[in-house]
Amino acid sequence: MGGDAPGTRVDTTRALKDAAITALLAFGLFLPLVGFQTVTDVRNDLILTTRWPLLFAVVAIVGIGRLTYSLVIEPWLRQRALRPPALTPAWRTHAGKWLVPFAIGFVIAYPAIVLVAAGFGRAVKWIDNFGIQILIYVMLGWGLNIVVGLAGLLDLGYVAFYAVGAYSYALLAKTFGLSFWILLPLAGILSSFWGVLLGFPVLRLRGDYLAIVTLAFGEIIRIVLINWVDLTNGYAGLTGIPRPTFFGIPFNADDNGFAAVFGLEFSPIYRTIFLYYLILALALLTAFVTIRLRRLPVGRAWEALREDEIACRSLGINTTNTKLTAFAMGAMFAGFAGSFFAARQGFISPDSFTFLESATILSIVVLGGMGSQIGVAIAAVAMIGGTEIMRELDFLKLIFGSTFDPTQYRMLLFGFAMVLIMIWRPRGLISTRDPSVVLKERKVIGADLVKEGHG
Amino acid sequence: MEVFLQQLINGITLGSIYGLIAIGYTMVFGIIGMVNFAHGDVFMVSAFIALVAFLLIVSFLGIYSMSLAIFLVLIVAMLFTSLVNWTIERLAYRPLRGSFRLAPLISAIGMSIFLSNFVQLTQGPRNKSIPPMVQGEFVLFTKNDYPVTLSHKQLIIWIVTAVLLGCFWYLVTRTRLGRAQRACEQDQKMAALVGVDVDRTISMTFVIAAALAAVAGTMYLMYYGVVSFSDGFVPGVKAFTAAVLGGIGSLPGAVIGGLLIGLIETMWSAYFSIDYKDVAAFSVLAITLIFLPQGLFGRPDVEKV
Repeated sequence: MGGDAPGTRVDTTRALKDAAITALLAFGLFLPLVGFQTVTDVRNDLILTTRWPLLFAVVAIVGIGRLTYSLVIEPWLRQRALRPPALTPAWRTHAGKWLVPFAIGFVIAYPAIVLVAAGFGRAVKWIDNFGIQILIYVMLGWGLNIVVGLAGLLDLGYVAFYAVGAYSYALLAKTFGLSFWILLPLAGILSSFWGVLLGFPVLRLRGDYLAIVTLAFGEIIRIVLINWVDLTNGYAGLTGIPRPTFFGIPFNADDNGFAAVFGLEFSPIYRTIFLYYLILALALLTAFVTIRLRRLPVGRAWEALREDEIACRSLGINTTNTKLTAFAMGAMFAGFAGSFFAARQGFISPDSFTFLESATILSIVVLGGMGSQIGVAIAAVAMIGGTEIMRELDFLKLIFGSTFDPTQYRMLLFGFAMVLIMIWRPRGLISTRDPSVVLKERKVIGADLVKEGHG
Repeated sequence: MEVFLQQLINGITLGSIYGLIAIGYTMVFGIIGMVNFAHGDVFMVSAFIALVAFLLIVSFLGIYSMSLAIFLVLIVAMLFTSLVNWTIERLAYRPLRGSFRLAPLISAIGMSIFLSNFVQLTQGPRNKSIPPMVQGEFVLFTKNDYPVTLSHKQLIIWIVTAVLLGCFWYLVTRTRLGRAQRACEQDQKMAALVGVDVDRTISMTFVIAAALAAVAGTMYLMYYGVVSFSDGFVPGVKAFTAAVLGGIGSLPGAVIGGLLIGLIETMWSAYFSIDYKDVAAFSVLAITLIFLPQGLFGRPDVEKV
């Protein structure tokens, strides 16, 4: 380093010194909580046990990692920085054009692919855990994208509207026996009503402050759900929520069930496939409505608001209405997703609507690149699919012993990935802006040109 | 009246803990304009470090003098928590300085998730409870068979908080580091021009924030005698509320805000509903931000075009 020409020499002594310091730091960091473990003994007292081998393994990994970084990765990065920036290769622009139709085709064909690949028995898991789970988050991400990505209103309590949708469906379906298809729009309307209600007091707030107040609202709604036992059954949650029907035909083993009506052998997979296409349709509806709204005056007002609120106001845009419509639209899609969630699970409890959910959805939007729908979808697949796939890594048990449970590491890695992706791409995966109005030629605006307002 | 006095004592104790955490939020916000979302979890980590240190001191070293033990636990917790927060700043926030406005917030949320899961993984998901470190209480007076008491541990919390706030106040107002901090808070570029090492000052801010959070963590452990990996979030949000209520960026504001939140919470629990005590704190947060965004002691945020 120093006076040397960059990218030519690797200073081994320095690298070793760095690695030693890092290892020492790691030792200090991990000593209290990895080196010692608090366990309850037979007399129910808390005692300490030591885990020196684990501690030294962790320290060694960190030290070696640092050494590899200074000796291999850093020179390579410097080398790369010297090279002139490559032009976007031709295949990439082509890939960009074909990506969306291909992706939509893939998700439509996904259940069939899984059925062929995994067989009838195991397909349920792959469609349910991966397909439906990811699509719920894609839909929530797209819904929040309206509020955060388009209107620039940082919302950390989005899960509240998801909860309102879920509880609306569950309570109305259980009490009045209304069908899913009537309650789906109703849940959306109720949620968007709450969106306006909670949006109204926070109209003056911006940025981090808005985030914290929405967080507070989200938590208040969750605490009310926990404590209003008469209505919501508290922590225990609501069970026996009616499942959606195929235009009146239920998915059960009865004579008038789906399988019997269509002359098929009964299997739970029909419902799973039906739910898959239902959430796919809802997600695509969200995307379609968002795309169309961006071209309407209200959508343009949202984006103007995101870029600069003061300029927006001086141009005569009614910022109150603009913000409230954004909250209402975002909340409506969360309400749809919530009622779908309740119908799919058949059981809901306040545990499903914690702050962690809000944080997950917001991070999907930000990691994907605010405002970019493709980016949000990619981020949802990566983050949710990535954590779901941790459940399937049974082969790791062969390496680390049978007590090793990879699912425990899901959220740990999730949090770590959030930090890493932010450092790698602070503006998200797709950071370019695609203007909805153009003067002469269609141009994509690079991230460095976008100066975010204070929204 | 006697219930009120008792709740006043309890509220001040709780408020001291919130105030110590709130200083961390307000200092970091003041200097780099970021809501350090992971600060609540740093507090939780510090409580666990204190737990390990306490068990180590009592069972391995065989020190049974409680005042010495608490003093040692406090030192150990402050040292290690500072190290943790220093590293977090270095890894997760420094690379994002000057970057897109939401990036540090998301990074901090990620760090918060990471920390709580790290503790869950390494120390187990169960509540960790220890036998009471300090027992005994002073009965101040008894009225209608209701004794108003000040327990020894409450007194310890008051004294430790007061002493540390005194040290902290000295650090910020009278030392070179404190001057550098205030300079960076006003204008980082200008501070750098006159020779203040901005990066180092920000690192030190995180170290001080962590040390105060560690004091809060140790006091929390001593007061309740139980801690779990999920204990970071709610105290974190309440301390943030305290910082906002006092006026974010204002150090005396954070302490007074902390005391107020502690009092509001205990009074609410005593006179209304204990189930909804978190709602009280969250509502105060929302109401303050909506009607008094600059807080009690903060400077109004003027926006220039």
